[in-house]
Amino acid sequence: MDKGKLVSWLVKEGDRVKKGDVIAVVETQKSAVDVEVWQDGTVEKILVQPSEADLPVGTVLALLGGDGEAAAPPAEAVPKKAPAAATRPAVAARPLPPTVPGERAKISPAARRRAEEFRLDLAKLRGSGPEGAVVLEDVEAAIAAQTPAAGLPASGAQDKQLAMRRAIAAAMEKSHREIPLYFLETLIPMERALSWMEARNRDRPPNERLLYVALLLKAVALALREVPEFNGYYLNGAFQPGPGIHLGVAVSLREGGLQAPAIHDVDQKDLSRIMAEAQGLVKRVRGGGLKGSELTDPTITVTSLGEEGVEKVFGLIYPPQVAIVGFGKVYQAPLVEEGQVVARRAITAVLSADHRANDGHRGALFLKAIQRRLQEPEKL
Amino acid sequence: MPTAPDMRRTTYREALRAGLHEALKRDPRVFLMGEDVGKYGGTYAVSRGFLEEFGPERIRDTPLSESAFVGAGIGAALGGMRPIVEVMTVNFSLLALDQILNGAATLRHMSGGQFTVPLVIRMATGAGRQLAAQHSHSLEGWYAHIPGIRVLAPATLEDARGMLWSALQEPDPVIIFEHAVLYNLEGELPEDAGAVPLDRAAVRREGKDLSLIAYGGTLPKALQAAERLAAEGVAAEVLDLRSLRPLDEAAILATVGKTHRAVIVDEGWRSGSLAAEISARIMEGAFYSLDAPVQRVCSEEVPIPYARHLEEAAIPQVEDILAAAGKVLGRDA
Repeated sequence: MDKGKLVSWLVKEGDRVKKGDVIAVVETQKSAVDVEVWQDGTVEKILVQPSEADLPVGTVLALLGGDGEAAAPPAEAVPKKAPAAATRPAVAARPLPPTVPGERAKISPAARRRAEEFRLDLAKLRGSGPEGAVVLEDVEAAIAAQTPAAGLPASGAQDKQLAMRRAIAAAMEKSHREIPLYFLETLIPMERALSWMEARNRDRPPNERLLYVALLLKAVALALREVPEFNGYYLNGAFQPGPGIHLGVAVSLREGGLQAPAIHDVDQKDLSRIMAEAQGLVKRVRGGGLKGSELTDPTITVTSLGEEGVEKVFGLIYPPQVAIVGFGKVYQAPLVEEGQVVARRAITAVLSADHRANDGHRGALFLKAIQRRLQEPEKL
Repeated sequence: MPTAPDMRRTTYREALRAGLHEALKRDPRVFLMGEDVGKYGGTYAVSRGFLEEFGPERIRDTPLSESAFVGAGIGAALGGMRPIVEVMTVNFSLLALDQILNGAATLRHMSGGQFTVPLVIRMATGAGRQLAAQHSHSLEGWYAHIPGIRVLAPATLEDARGMLWSALQEPDPVIIFEHAVLYNLEGELPEDAGAVPLDRAAVRREGKDLSLIAYGGTLPKALQAAERLAAEGVAAEVLDLRSLRPLDEAAILATVGKTHRAVIVDEGWRSGSLAAEISARIMEGAFYSLDAPVQRVCSEEVPIPYARHLEEAAIPQVEDILAAAGKVLGRDA
């Protein structure tokens, strides 16, 4: 819900109200809802009359005077433009935590810094500190709830499972709600890259052999150097470049759920190292031992469901990242070479990107760069 | 701490006395002067018997003129002696403030380093003995404002015993504040206790939940408050500043970095206090570590009253520290 119509007032100016009283009826896209008041006091001024007009959530509908506030108004209760000395706006939706528009939420500096490290949305936290401030403990609790594998004490596999499901739910809900996605898809010929890799693997013991995922990761990382606006975060209404090219690699868990921890600075590592780190990561995701920072460091996510036979993956972005690249399976595609249709191995890459942060033209260049890099496997 | 064979039960007064005695014994340049330090044995009986032992040349009773005898001490220090000047209380030291600030603290600077003033001034400070508004104030913060001098606040037996000798080794003036209620503090001290370093603050109790920053007369109260908090499951760290100038800023920032919450306990008046300075340093150096606004427990902004109940109400008490701790812990929100 982001807007509503004010249907009627159930109070008038001068009425005394108690916390929990229903004071107005607002109609939303779906239904009529009661507006409760969250403070004891007196209705000082009604600012909006019922009408057909849509009001955005957060509109100040009325001003409320607190009990006995005339003599000593609490400073935090006084909005700048309030006509009376001591007034609190009643708003059309319950803010969380309750704040006056324009007033800065009380968040301790330590809590703010910790939340930034984990890119936690502070607006959703309830404060337990002095004057209801969000403090470190509140943030730690939220982090523990978000990253069950990393933070929570072992309290049964089922609880962990549930917590992870909830964390995924929260992240994907936010992603789907907030991110205007666009998708670009391209078929990448893989014959050259795979032949090169197979030749390379032939001379090596099994534990030193590459899987094609390493080539994909390196190609994506190098492409990001050319088109850096897909590597980073969308925060506070603006794109912020990532501190390095840290690819989040989606790893599914056998019992359900997934995590996408980072392989750091992929653009600077050679294929053997990327391969080794990817395998290490998979082991640790499935066996435990991931660090919290590994889960929060990725600057973009790469997912591949090719092994399961999927042709194309249209991913949802893990906020606040701005893109996810999905790879399907490698298959024999009918490609045209020199006027002839020939069967050649190929893979489909799909870019899901945040249209707030970047545009389709740049996205196309990004995919093109991935494709080009994969045609020169010896340079990866 | 269990009583080891080489520990001795003693008092803060006796520890000071042992420190003075050692200084007079070890260094012939050391002498003590002040009001009533000789025949009377010291206002707080720290130098009782010294006149008989060391003679009137080294234990010198002075006229009631702080300006004159502090000035004489500066002169003696410039002349190569190591004087220890006792001023009866910090309130009276204001008569000698010109000598201290315009003389002792500036001479090294104004002589381009040609002269130093190795002078030690001891004085009593603080309330709690019903000595009323002209004998009870805590003006250490004023002295801590002055560059060119060192300001110490021994709050434990070790420091009462050991700070004097270290202070006498300093080339510049050192003021040692002895809180009047500490003289009767009892405890254990090793037989071989001696000089202690001056620069570092000391963690007197480890904790992780909040930091109580105290010095001098407020240290025992902070420790009591920490004990009470421990009973409620709150682990308070207690930092004893020891040196008020220079301040051990690193120790202050370290404890706040660890606990994220600070309560400063300072018997000075709140406005323009040492507590204000510490709070500002925390803000400058540890802002992003803070989980709650810094709280200060200071004296009421009144001349310290004579009546016992009013005096008690005017200065920081354990209950006040507990209330401030509750605030930074978000318990009374």
